[in-house]
Amino acid sequence: MGGGDTAGRLVRPFALTGGRTRPSRADFTLITTVTAVDPPPTWATRPQPEHQRILRHCAEPLAVAELAALLDLPVSVVVIMLCDLLEAGRITARPPHPVTCNPDLDLLQKVRDGLGRL
Amino acid sequence: MAGSDVVTRAAPDTVKILIAGGFGVGKTTMVGSVSEIAPLRTEERLTLASVDVDDLAGIEEKHATTVALDFGRITIGQDLVLYLFGTPGQQRFWFMWNDLALGALGAVVLIDVRRPETSFAAIDFFERRKIPFVVGVNGFYGDHPYPPDEIRDALALPEHVQVLLCDARERESSRDVLIALIDQLIESATR
Repeated sequence: MGGGDTAGRLVRPFALTGGRTRPSRADFTLITTVTAVDPPPTWATRPQPEHQRILRHCAEPLAVAELAALLDLPVSVVVIMLCDLLEAGRITARPPHPVTCNPDLDLLQKVRDGLGRL
Repeated sequence: MAGSDVVTRAAPDTVKILIAGGFGVGKTTMVGSVSEIAPLRTEERLTLASVDVDDLAGIEEKHATTVALDFGRITIGQDLVLYLFGTPGQQRFWFMWNDLALGALGAVVLIDVRRPETSFAAIDFFERRKIPFVVGVNGFYGDHPYPPDEIRDALALPEHVQVLLCDARERESSRDVLIALIDQLIESATR
């Protein structure tokens, strides 16, 4: 878990989301990759501190699960904040590779080759 | 995603594999032995996605609970990253794996031969949902008292499900289990 925050969190997690417990968009999975838009859109206002932390972490593309672990916050809380950032045009989100009944052979071969190099 | 999204840097494509099995069977150990990062832990709110099981008849609302997930990452290439998720070990949460299982390439079910029954729920879950899986028999202290075929018979596994003896602490051994899963997926795709 996150750094040396031994005194515990001062703000209860859902206080960060204005009391909302459900995201407005359901398209953030654990392995959806989020990336901060740089430079931010011209209309962007100064984000709240927790949003700012997210933007710092995802200057490079980062999966939602990793972001939640780094922030030491539940995934559901992070997703709500990501929805805000997406709506504000501050991040882009890339959904995971779709998995269907007809597997993508090229993809499987790539994964196999990658594992073989470990 | 919204079509208006501006792409600044190329985000990689992502895929995931689940590492399942009973409590204390070595799931996080396996994630850690092949992951390029120390296993991370996060909390996820999992919901009961569908009520299609007899045990749950009569439950109409969606139920949710928070479970801890351990996960790791393997960068396959610049444009592709594989995530490994250890499923929550508590059996009473098995029905909440629906959310986790969604979009997974497949799964590794780890088994401790000293108490294989702790992994029955995982095998059952993937069989019912037709999610491809291999069985990794995690030999504690590298000890493997039973041959794979004997274990397959004991678990009544179909012929196409591979049973591999492994040591979840060893990188190469864990990697080989993952490769066996991918080979199984490739084989069934080309059959």
